Amino acid sequence: MKPLYKRPETLQPCITHYCAGCGHGIIHRLIAEAIDELGVRERTVGMAPVGCAVLAHRYLKVDMCEPAHGRTAAVAVGIKRVRPECVVFSYQGDGDLAAIGTAETVHAANRGEPITVFFVNNAVYGMTGGQMAPTTMLDQRTTTTPRGRDGGYHGYPIRVCEMLATLDGPGYIERVAIASPKHIRHARSAVLKAFRTQTDHNAYALVEFLSPCPTHWRLGPLEALRFVEEQMTEVFPLGVYRDRFAEALAPVPE
Amino acid sequence: MPNRELMSGNDAAGEGAIYAGCDAYFGYPITPQNEFTAHMAARMPELGRVFIQAESELAAISMVYGASAAGKRAMTSSSSPGISLKQEGISYIAGSRLPAVVVNVQRGGPGLGGIGPSQGDYWQATRGGGHGDYRTIVLAPASAQDMFDFTAQAFDLADRYRMCVLVLADAYIGQMMEPVVVPDEPAPPPPPKPWAVTGCAGREPVVIRSLFLGENELEEHNYRLGEDYRRVEREALRWDAVQVDDADVVLVAYGMCSRLCREAVARGRAGGLRLGLIRPITLWPFPSQAIVDAAGHAQAFLAVEMSMGQMVEDVRLALEGRRPVGLLGRPAAVSEATEICERAAALLESSRPQ
Repeated sequence: MKPLYKRPETLQPCITHYCAGCGHGIIHRLIAEAIDELGVRERTVGMAPVGCAVLAHRYLKVDMCEPAHGRTAAVAVGIKRVRPECVVFSYQGDGDLAAIGTAETVHAANRGEPITVFFVNNAVYGMTGGQMAPTTMLDQRTTTTPRGRDGGYHGYPIRVCEMLATLDGPGYIERVAIASPKHIRHARSAVLKAFRTQTDHNAYALVEFLSPCPTHWRLGPLEALRFVEEQMTEVFPLGVYRDRFAEALAPVPE
Repeated sequence: MPNRELMSGNDAAGEGAIYAGCDAYFGYPITPQNEFTAHMAARMPELGRVFIQAESELAAISMVYGASAAGKRAMTSSSSPGISLKQEGISYIAGSRLPAVVVNVQRGGPGLGGIGPSQGDYWQATRGGGHGDYRTIVLAPASAQDMFDFTAQAFDLADRYRMCVLVLADAYIGQMMEPVVVPDEPAPPPPPKPWAVTGCAGREPVVIRSLFLGENELEEHNYRLGEDYRRVEREALRWDAVQVDDADVVLVAYGMCSRLCREAVARGRAGGLRLGLIRPITLWPFPSQAIVDAAGHAQAFLAVEMSMGQMVEDVRLALEGRRPVGLLGRPAAVSEATEICERAAALLESSRPQ
């Protein structure tokens, strides 16, 4: 009998520490499924970021590192350059990737480092208790923007995919959403494609996930999903921002 | 017949690293160590090894972290302001128990300071440098040959103790050209690294981390690191002693200053002043016992360094008030041998019982 649904081998059989309604668990699963599908678990090395996902190494059954805050891409680069046979991915939040680690993010992309970057944008700093992120939306209230984010004072939400798409280095950049089963199915194909950009084309790939944080948005899980679909996608449009291998990559099976 | 070549200290350190089998070099330009980075840019790719000019010192040391976590020999080099930036990564390397080699070709500070020689980073180098309760092994070269040898040895020490080894040079030693003997025999191979992230084929996954949240977990980790450091103190301590056995005044100096002090010992003795020299080769661990032993007969100690007085504190800590300790410190240049002799003579005079 062929099982229709089971725990991916790459996902550890344990309960995560993530809040109810958080997107991390879904994104972990998508990554685990892709690693299983490509059959690369035993040569994969992942980066767990400082932030909510710092304990991702407890949940993903692959070799992992825990870089300093923001240095995630640089550590991934160090590993990939000396072990090109490994599949190296980083899992990063908006603070790690787009604030303290902006330089590492931009330059790894610009050199076209053959790593796969998963960028979880939930528009807020989760682990430290709900502060402003570089991707916090205008008027969004956080503990450090108690009257709402004011672009002229706090700066504007940074659109990472659009910014990196100005560079020549990257191979594949796409923004997806953790909002509905349809969005998640599409996100799954993006994750797979991002890995294959590395394994098949030795190129840089980044997938940005718009992801719910009900706890710090002070919304219920369903409201948070609606917020992703209706509000966040307005500021962060979904879509493919770079696809150098569009024709070379065979279509991802549904 | 070993090769004897004329090299700058910076190039010699690079060749020492290459000799030791350094797999990856990650750097960021800064004077006065730029020759080092340029040398590695030329040499590493032709050997099929990795060179990256990183976007910052923060990135460079983090690339070292990654390459080392993956089980390869990796290094970076910089000069004082850049070394300050690398302290973040050095702390994480310490916390993650990773081997790494960092060369600091010191320049003056604080801040941008200057681009001339200095030994102003002694405290930073010997006290860990970054946040947290840790140590780095510190080697102090005094010549281009030392730059080659110590950088090569740094990789062995780093692998043996799984910690960061700092080679603390200065602008004189980095820039100066001297003959360097390159050994014929190959360097010893690195030990196996079963802890490295290489993909988990045939084993359970491993994690390289410095976060320990479990109850008592961090404390146990700190005790573990402490045991490593005690082992380094027992096994890795190195110093040179020059005519210490009958010295009335013992000079204590490392790096470039130790060369001037050797000359001062000879000159002082020619004039009837019995000088000796203790030259720490490892700054951490520090040769405290050698200094205590010398206090059995020496009347006084004179620390000679290119700073306003940093290493002198370790000399005083070693002696615990047993003998007077003087300081001859110039922040941006070495003191001449004649001045060292004069200061030693005055110190001896003032420390005689009245």
